[in-house]
Amino acid sequence: MTIDQATVRKIASLARIAISDAEAAAMEGELNGILGWVEQLGEVDVTGVEPMTAVIPNTLRLRDDVIDADPLTGGGRRDDVLANAPAAMHGFFGVPKVIE
Amino acid sequence: MTEYRIKGETGEWEVVIGLEVHAQITTNAKLFSGAATAFGAEPNTQVSLVDAAMPGMLPVPNRECIRQAVRTGMAIEAQINKYSRFDRKNYFYADLPQGYQISQLYHPIVGEGSITVEADEKAGIPAPKVIGVERIHVEQDAGKLMHDQHPTMSYVDLNRSGVALMEIVSKPDMRSPAEAGAYVRKLRAILRYVGSCDGNMEEGSMRADVNVSVRKPGDEFGTRTETKNVNSVRFVMAVIEGEAKRQVELIESGGTVVQETRLYDPDRNETRSMRSKEDAHDYRYFPDPDLLPLELDDAFLAECRDSLPELPDAKRGRYLALGISPYNADVLTAEVEAARWFDTLLEVGLDTGAKPATAANWVTSELFGALNRMGRDLTDSPVSPAQAAELLGLVADGTISGTIAKAVFEKMLESGDGAGVIVERDGLKQTSDTGAIEAEIAKILTANADKVAQYKGGKEALFGFFVGQTMKAMQGKANPQVVNELLKKALG
Amino acid sequence: MTDLTNLTVAQIRDGHRAGDFSAVEVAEAFSANVAGAKALNAFIVETPDHALAAAKTADADRAAGTLKPLSGVPIGMKDLFCTNGVQTTAASHMLEGFIPRYESTVSQKLWDAGAGMLGKLNLDQFAMGSSNETSYFGNVISPWKRKDGGNAALAPGGSSGGSSTAIAARLCPAATGTDTGGSIRQPAAFTGISGIKPTYGRCSRWGIVAFASSLDQAGPMARDVRDCAIMLENMAGFDPKDATSLDMAVPNWEAALSSDLKGKTVGIPKEYRLEGIDPDIDAMWDAGIAMLKDAGAAVVEISLPHTKYALPAYYIIAPAEASSNLARYDGVRYGLRDLPDGAGLQDMYAATRADGFGPEVKRRIMIGTYVLSAGFYDAYYTQAQKVRTLIARDFEAAFGMCDVILAPTAPSAAFGLGEKMADPLAMYLNDVFAVPASLAGLPAMSVPAALNREGLPLGLQIIGKAFDEQGVLNAGLAIEERAGFTARAEKWW
Ligand SMILES: [Mg+2]
Ligand SMILES: [Zn+2]
Repeated sequence: MTIDQATVRKIASLARIAISDAEAAAMEGELNGILGWVEQLGEVDVTGVEPMTAVIPNTLRLRDDVIDADPLTGGGRRDDVLANAPAAMHGFFGVPKVIE
Repeated sequence: MTEYRIKGETGEWEVVIGLEVHAQITTNAKLFSGAATAFGAEPNTQVSLVDAAMPGMLPVPNRECIRQAVRTGMAIEAQINKYSRFDRKNYFYADLPQGYQISQLYHPIVGEGSITVEADEKAGIPAPKVIGVERIHVEQDAGKLMHDQHPTMSYVDLNRSGVALMEIVSKPDMRSPAEAGAYVRKLRAILRYVGSCDGNMEEGSMRADVNVSVRKPGDEFGTRTETKNVNSVRFVMAVIEGEAKRQVELIESGGTVVQETRLYDPDRNETRSMRSKEDAHDYRYFPDPDLLPLELDDAFLAECRDSLPELPDAKRGRYLALGISPYNADVLTAEVEAARWFDTLLEVGLDTGAKPATAANWVTSELFGALNRMGRDLTDSPVSPAQAAELLGLVADGTISGTIAKAVFEKMLESGDGAGVIVERDGLKQTSDTGAIEAEIAKILTANADKVAQYKGGKEALFGFFVGQTMKAMQGKANPQVVNELLKKALG
Repeated sequence: MTDLTNLTVAQIRDGHRAGDFSAVEVAEAFSANVAGAKALNAFIVETPDHALAAAKTADADRAAGTLKPLSGVPIGMKDLFCTNGVQTTAASHMLEGFIPRYESTVSQKLWDAGAGMLGKLNLDQFAMGSSNETSYFGNVISPWKRKDGGNAALAPGGSSGGSSTAIAARLCPAATGTDTGGSIRQPAAFTGISGIKPTYGRCSRWGIVAFASSLDQAGPMARDVRDCAIMLENMAGFDPKDATSLDMAVPNWEAALSSDLKGKTVGIPKEYRLEGIDPDIDAMWDAGIAMLKDAGAAVVEISLPHTKYALPAYYIIAPAEASSNLARYDGVRYGLRDLPDGAGLQDMYAATRADGFGPEVKRRIMIGTYVLSAGFYDAYYTQAQKVRTLIARDFEAAFGMCDVILAPTAPSAAFGLGEKMADPLAMYLNDVFAVPASLAGLPAMSVPAALNREGLPLGLQIIGKAFDEQGVLNAGLAIEERAGFTARAEKWW
């Protein structure tokens, strides 16, 4: 499977990374190199093998339904949440106007 | 058979409908963080570092969300998956801080189940219909964007970000707006019975993605459109009606329906294409590596099952068996509050001798009528089930007549006093004193000799007139049965 | 008085406890070294005040008799750990100026144990790299030089290259690292120090900027095995905020250290004997085998048949997870925002991410996005996760025959800066020995074992069973005692 520049641009768009034509051209070669190399995995017989889900045997723990039980994962800290925002406005995050 | 058909120029079309209902799970805290979920808070005050997707933040699931999803699945007799997983749905949007929504694609927690909608002749549902449910999965809600606060900026509020939702996906089993409406109402009732969602559509606790396609009856499914986030039963029905018509017109004028996401504008009652989400269709789902597989044990499942209340279908069946009319059974089971109130009345009524069917009639006509006038509902009814049972008991044991009961009820509403107290105080007890009744009858027959003659001449309808006059003379307190008997005797 | 910056963590702790010196003296000595080592570019932010405040507390605690396990020990913090009130960048332009209002679980544990912070250590951008050349804040330069008369600047390894350099250059006695596919072990090997990646789930990931969630593990880097044990005891532990955290007690690894390997069996994986590998690496490995025999262990050859596929599987799984983990860097809530004139939301994302991420980060996001995209998911991602299962099974089978596995940490000694940047694949191959244990979530450590003919350090890797950090540390100690590795970089900075 080789990918062309149009595909590179499509992936970049999915990943929301602006790329120039020159970057797309350079990336075409690099990505093909890497993808060509990882494709050797196709050689491996994986019949009946389950994909890895938990690398160390462990089951999902569930937490109790308690508000702000731990301040580190609770709400009520708007200042902290907005502290690093490029555009905090009236308690909101500001973004360029979205037309739906 | 009154099937819903759209009449086009080329013939009749059938509409095929599937619904994806997003129901907010009733919990204190969010699905993966400890932030509160209450409606209407100041912007971004119910946002944790996790919900804002700050670097290094991790999700830990809320047990109650899982429990309520499982209970909901059990309530629609669905398959409960002891093994499920959370997957990431990747896309970029300003209301989605992580850049992905944690959802369940490959292994949802609940599999196939079904919901039965009752027959509703008037709405064009001639017989009960089973609507298949494909799956229920648990996922995060997104935040909220506000577009009208600033000329060039949109504002982002993440209070809803991370709130737990159940997505309840129906099969494409519905064939009319009415069926879809009935399905949403029934689903809402079930959720509210279970307690897994408050069903508050105005606050966004329940929203439907409406999938609509059209076809000539018997053909393959057509291409569907998905109208997002429709937030009332009325709108769901309007979307289907409008979208089916649009599609038929489009096809008949030589166009083709494109699979797309649409948005409903209630003010114009029309849907339009949502271009902003068009290129986002490659969601790159994969298992969330921050979360291990979710495995449910038997004890957990047993608690979920044991804690389920009596559900609408079972309750309706029980009411029918008690001799309650299908109409009243429907009305009384539609809202969980009404059903709970009525169940208490039935329970207390056992002691007072109130009859279930009479009680049901009284609730749906007298009580609901009164509440309507007062602009209140059962949750703040001025009359308790115990007080209602006392009143109905007095009728059942012949202490007062049905007519007097209406007056007593009015006095109960005015004064807040109990029925027994009012009847005693105002001397409203029904009398079976034959002497007093006979004396009044004699007076009435004398005063209306002409009518007596007509009656004897065959105009039997006049019997009711004599009953009315007698009851009036007795100030409504005469036992109607005794009046009937004595009148018959006197009129020979 | 001895130079305090030559002391190990254990020596500082014990000396401070005994009253040989004050914690303030220690903090000041290391801070002076940090300030004098700008040429190494090991730190992105220096925080002498943090270290000093912890030292003052340590001295007061000593007077009050309330010393804590790391009282008086200043350390370096990889700039992937979020630190409350201190800039945290993951060495990216994207997070330049980002000041978290929260503290990662691991760093909080270290402060709770009495440690102080000398600064935030440089790394490969978002921990993606094996040479520290992808940092937005410039390369870290290894303190080591080849004994060839030349003056080539060498890579300190990566991604924890700031940590490795700082320890090797005596800028701090120990530091935190993170290891996704070798990022603790390989830089430790390149700079002649020790480092351990514990079992996946031992250290909480909460508050660590995520690279690849199913692989990321924090661990300590230090000058010797004992210091690694001490540090790890104070970093590890159950954290309810991380759903993958192991709910297990933290053993007293330091107390149970023992280099007596009688009754233990060491496995030597035949697939790790790569053709054409540097003979110095093979020689070091053979010497390591001899050392473990000398410590009483039996040695057996084992087979890890899917070794060859570990690296390609890793370069699907890690980028896939990264492409999703790094989607949150969008210019909305924190970090860089690029808003070209007239740009809409989606343009803002694309511009911000184009500007904020370096080339290697973009490359991996692109690969990850591609392997997860419609039509390719099963062929790439699912296949890689199945191969990962096979790799984990290889280890399981091998551990039926042995207690620990011995192998080289990296296929070469430190290379020169710039030597491998042109070819991403050549760079990736550096982690060929490190990645399998990462994919299987197993504890693994690197200890310095020898110098190569250019006078550069080489490391031996010990891989253990899940949860058996003790076995790994003990085998490491056996090598450390026998290798007698005392070489250090000559100061040129
Ligand atoms: Mg949908
Ligand atoms: Zn959904």
